[in-house]
Amino acid sequence: MSFRPAPRRIEEYRFDRQPPREAAIPTARQNRNGLLLTLPLLAFIAVFFAAPIGAMLWRSVSNPLPASLMPRTAAALAGWDGATLPGETAFAAAVEDLRALPERQDAARLGAQLNFDYGGLNSLIRKTAREAAKLTPPYAESLPLLDRKWSDQAVWAALAVGTQALTAKNYLAALDMRYGADLGVVAAPEKERLYLMLFGRTAWVAGLVTALCLLLGYPLAYVLATAGPRTAGVLMILLLLPFWTSLLVRTTAWIALLQSQGVVNDLMVWLGLVSEEGRVQMVYNLTGTLVAMTQILMPFMVLPLYSVMKTIPPTYLRAASSMGARPLQGFARVYLPMTMPGVAAGALLVFILAVGYYITPALVGGPGGQLISNLIAYHMQQSLNWGLAAALGTILLGAVIALYLVFNKLAGADRLRFG
Amino acid sequence: MSGWRILIRVMAGLALVFLVAPLLVIVPLSFNAEPFFTFTPAMMAMESEGYSLRWYRAILEDGVWRQALVNSLIVGGAATAIATALGTLAAMGLARGNVPMKGAIMGLIISPMITPVIIAAAGMYFFYSDLGLAQTHLGLILAHAALGAPFVVITVTAALTGYDWNLTRAGSSLGADPWTVFFRVTLPLILPGVISGALFAFATSFDEVVTVLFLGGPEQVTVPRKMWSGIREQISPAILAAATLLIAVAMILLIVVEWLRRRGERMKVTPR
Repeated sequence: MSFRPAPRRIEEYRFDRQPPREAAIPTARQNRNGLLLTLPLLAFIAVFFAAPIGAMLWRSVSNPLPASLMPRTAAALAGWDGATLPGETAFAAAVEDLRALPERQDAARLGAQLNFDYGGLNSLIRKTAREAAKLTPPYAESLPLLDRKWSDQAVWAALAVGTQALTAKNYLAALDMRYGADLGVVAAPEKERLYLMLFGRTAWVAGLVTALCLLLGYPLAYVLATAGPRTAGVLMILLLLPFWTSLLVRTTAWIALLQSQGVVNDLMVWLGLVSEEGRVQMVYNLTGTLVAMTQILMPFMVLPLYSVMKTIPPTYLRAASSMGARPLQGFARVYLPMTMPGVAAGALLVFILAVGYYITPALVGGPGGQLISNLIAYHMQQSLNWGLAAALGTILLGAVIALYLVFNKLAGADRLRFG
Repeated sequence: MSGWRILIRVMAGLALVFLVAPLLVIVPLSFNAEPFFTFTPAMMAMESEGYSLRWYRAILEDGVWRQALVNSLIVGGAATAIATALGTLAAMGLARGNVPMKGAIMGLIISPMITPVIIAAAGMYFFYSDLGLAQTHLGLILAHAALGAPFVVITVTAALTGYDWNLTRAGSSLGADPWTVFFRVTLPLILPGVISGALFAFATSFDEVVTVLFLGGPEQVTVPRKMWSGIREQISPAILAAATLLIAVAMILLIVVEWLRRRGERMKVTPR
């Protein structure tokens, strides 16, 4: 039996902090030197990590290309109230802007940008830019003759919104809203709504993964903290092996295990739990995402729990039972409250990591298991709607920072320790 | 033993099985003689024809896999060097006393660990392109160094909690300049923590795929990037062979770090 010293104050065990071991109270010079030593890393992270993120987040509100290519239209539409079609000034400004496009491919770039706000603007802009030289005033008549879409008020609303240098349209889109034909904010059509559902799904998946990690991780952390040193060493190795193993390896393992011709299904067929035809699809859907993420993130729950439980002397539970508490009562009234800092730290850490998860849902999620990060990647790489990707990213990052501040308040950043 | 104790142990056991079993299952599958992801009848019967090294041969003879390993080692090694140097320096600075704005500084240093990596990768895609760093090894090295540095700061800070600053004062009082004190006195004592941090930083880079997807060109295919496309395109037991090799790497890293941690704990001065 290992000897454990009697606790002095309960606070010592609550917070798992090393006692300060300063030789003396640091002087102002030491503090300044300390700050100097952190500067190289701070500068490095600021330039190569924080600045790129800041620049990208700026894209969520800034819209420089259409604003610079259609300055006259932007000015003419600035005071437009959206109640009726704009006047001849706006029509003339649009024609003049399209005539003045410096390069041929500018019409294509402009059209592609504006098309995010209103489907069909791409072809309209390119067609009009091609024919702009031949158009004659009054343009309020000749433009609708060229293409009758020019008499559609929604087109003008999209131009008014799309040519603003600073815009909130990406945030509206990220919340399933948009500017309507009268420039008022309206909800997106039912079948185009996606992001609120995805934010909801992301939060739900992260919450469920956190709960599963806690459910599985709490007993494991308890056994780890109360086992003898030799057993605990072996258990720790088993816990840390998946932690050190590549994420892609663990995801691959789940594909091999869970696919319909995989090991788990084979086992179930062999045991007669399901028929050969009734093999269960457990991967490339939400189930696969949940199972794989729970396994991958569980060490982040167990390690903070373990570090707190390690400091709770077993004598407390013995004291509780000697005073007549049943095991469950002793656990609920004595042990559980003392482990709450670990529960909070672990749960917040797992939740923070889960809401931003990208790789696992992308590989095992299938269409039904995609999370908000996957949509950010989609808009970055496929649809090229970078403004919307930036708005979704800003909202996600805001949520993560808020959660981190709570984590910091409850546990302290110095609680992030591994191994 | 009471019923509760048994129940808790069973639940802990199930959690451990859930954690480790997937890794243990793919190891034998990687020796499959057939291009399947399941145990064939021949494998179940333990017949030697059921097993083969063909998938290991396939990846070891594949020039793309070999180049991927070289790329991973170059990027990981350089990123680890930057992260360890800057991270150790910062941890030394933060360890003593009340550095002004410590909370904000820690927040910025920790940020690469908690920021969803997709956001970082998307930002780097534009920013590094403007600097001409996209599709270069240097770009990946800088990105991975930023992602790995927080781990170094955390492990070195932990190692420094057991360091007796009187030793630094003793060194200075005997006439050594701060650099000599650091390299001759402090560093040898906190070395287990520094090496652990470096291994964490290396593992971070060696496992990182999202920034590679955004920043890397055809010249920057790393091992995780190759795994990624292997899983997405044609998933064959060759992936499992690569996975098994990576599990072996993880095992080595884990054993070294655990050994260092225990050594570091022994070297800590016992308080009071």
